[in-house]
Amino acid sequence: MAAGQSNLAARAQTTDARLAGMTLPRGAFTRNARREALQRFTKMGVPMRRDEYWRWSDPAAFVTVSPGAAAAFRVDMPIFSDREKLRLIFTDGVFDAENSDDPTLAGVEIARLSEADEADIHWAKPYYGALEAAGHVPVARPLAALNTAAAREGVLIRVTGKADRPVHISYRQASETSDVTLHHCIRLEEGAELTLLETGTPGARANVVMEVDVAENARFHHIRPQGRALERSLLTHLFTRLAGGALFKSFTLTANGRLTRNEAVIDIAGDGATAHIAGATLGDGADGDFHHDDMVFITHDAVGCESRQVFKKVLKNGAQGVFQGKILVKPGAQKTDGYQISQALLLDDDSQFLAKPELEIYADDVICSHGSTTGAIDETALFYLRSRGIPREDATALLIVSFLADAIAEIEDEVLAADVVARLESWLARRKK
Amino acid sequence: MLNINNLHVKLEEEDKPILKGVNLSVEAGSVHAIMGPNGSGKSTMSYVLSGRDGYAVTEGTATLDGADLLAMEPEERAAAGLFLAFQYPVEIPGVGNMTFLRTALNAQRKARGKPEVSAGEFLKLVREKAKSLQIDAEMLKRPVNVGFSGGEKKRNEILQMAVLEPRMCVLDETDSGLDVDAMRLVADGVNALRDAGRSFLVITHYQRLLDHIRPDVVHIMADGRIITSGGPELALEVEKNGYADLLAEVA
Ligand SMILES: Nc1ncnc2c1ncn2[C@@H]1O[C@H](COP(=O)(O)OP(=O)(O)OP(=O)(O)O)[C@@H](O)[C@H]1O
Ligand SMILES: [Mg+2]
Repeated sequence: MAAGQSNLAARAQTTDARLAGMTLPRGAFTRNARREALQRFTKMGVPMRRDEYWRWSDPAAFVTVSPGAAAAFRVDMPIFSDREKLRLIFTDGVFDAENSDDPTLAGVEIARLSEADEADIHWAKPYYGALEAAGHVPVARPLAALNTAAAREGVLIRVTGKADRPVHISYRQASETSDVTLHHCIRLEEGAELTLLETGTPGARANVVMEVDVAENARFHHIRPQGRALERSLLTHLFTRLAGGALFKSFTLTANGRLTRNEAVIDIAGDGATAHIAGATLGDGADGDFHHDDMVFITHDAVGCESRQVFKKVLKNGAQGVFQGKILVKPGAQKTDGYQISQALLLDDDSQFLAKPELEIYADDVICSHGSTTGAIDETALFYLRSRGIPREDATALLIVSFLADAIAEIEDEVLAADVVARLESWLARRKK
Repeated sequence: MLNINNLHVKLEEEDKPILKGVNLSVEAGSVHAIMGPNGSGKSTMSYVLSGRDGYAVTEGTATLDGADLLAMEPEERAAAGLFLAFQYPVEIPGVGNMTFLRTALNAQRKARGKPEVSAGEFLKLVREKAKSLQIDAEMLKRPVNVGFSGGEKKRNEILQMAVLEPRMCVLDETDSGLDVDAMRLVADGVNALRDAGRSFLVITHYQRLLDHIRPDVVHIMADGRIITSGGPELALEVEKNGYADLLAEVA
């Protein structure tokens, strides 16, 4: 009891301290959403290590008033640089108009949150903060609520047609102490289609929320290589809701980063919808601490829907990987096809993978499966490759790429997938002894 | 070309001797066959020659053109010209057959100080070799050996050999599991590579392969040793009478 009270007091105190260090925007069309989000945050309080879903990752880095210093990554060759796209650049969370592309794209309305939020009326009004507010299942996600209350910048994208090139949100970190909060809000109208690329390191510390509302038969593709800065701390929330026949596909590549926590909350609300979420992670503790945590919650609340989670982590030199993934099939969500796999390839004994797969099913006519494995490089395969003349390091790299292949296969566009493979091959090549 | 001298090998993990003094020498341009009862150590010898982990050489030497094979990494042995067609080829999901072969070929060329072959040249080379082994283009696109039938895997081994052009080819039961036509294809593949500068060590249980690939010398291995050697007639004798008489002779 006494311990419980002091825990409560500690949470309240840390929550107050976190808020005291911030000035919150008033907002115009977002004003109500922000006020309610602030109330949610204050009520939930900051996350703490003893919270069930923070057991394996320390939230302290996201909760402290100011971030620790984190060196920026020297960007050599940005990924997807050869591809046609509409680029929106944020440096340390600040929009860089000069280097960004003109945001005109047929069938797509693009606005910046900071500018749009001077008006009281906006298409995004019913969407801003709505999926976040609904997304505190099965656990509270207080830092997402804080983001809704505090974000000044981000993009608002409304898609009414089929975008003929991807929109590319490109992050850059310039300052070693930048503390970034970005909130993106995306709405795909019926039958619309968009590919969104999200790349780079947003800041030394970043809290990024993306809400994606996908209407009937619309298709959303999301490819997110998370930047290569070594010391940054990154917290992302992806909230999505799918209407009937909609498609949502999200792929994340994480190589480097001291602390990464990627949360995804997917609500499959319309019949015949499809949601795939995948992640490929490469962590080398020799570059500094590496801790990577994926947390996925998928709710099936409609008939005949498919969901697929494919998460693969390659860990070495004390790198840590966590996967927490849950599929909830609500009563009546018959003919659900739910699949979840999380796998780690540990390149040495120092690295660690922790997984918590969960299924909760309240319908009887469903197919749901989940699996989690942890393994080392297959010595027989390694010998086979070497016996053909491929040196050990190259053979290992081939086997790593092969291990990640199922996750990369979730990228539908073959050209973009090839760019992702090239990125991870160069990561591997740089680490050859 | 290949010289094995008094080779003793045991398992690394336990004190179980497997090879107990193998002596064998294969001259350039010749084809030697090894036959012998199950468990006599034939595959072990092929693995030790190609550098697989898990075995400890306790005595003896193995050299390829005078170079100490046992001191080299597996990839160095390959670059030196040694090739092992596996008794059980390994499946590698996620790595395309073509990527694998091209990486292997270029790695070997690099190790020998030769320029890499371009994607175009490589494609042409593989298509040509694949055609003669009746390996279709669809198979080449698939991940290495994944979903291949037993016979397809063996033909894929010979394709790799044909592309990599090693000088010392060790074939471990490449004939087992092959139908009559596939056996002929494999034999033709081997015969096409026969050359004054290239040698073969063919491990087999059956005379039939040796009808197609005429060996110069046949060795019988039993209990970790070569117990007798002779001409092609030795294989015929084994086919007819089994190993009992040969084993009795040395006992
Ligand atoms: N890694 C291992 N662990 C345990 N025993 C082994 C291992 N490798 C080989 N052996 C043993 O060594 C002996 C020789 O095996 P090997 O595979 O070399 O025989 P072989 O002559 O190729 O037989 P086959 O004709 O059946 O292919 C066998 O008794 C086998 O069980
Ligand atoms: Mg054998």
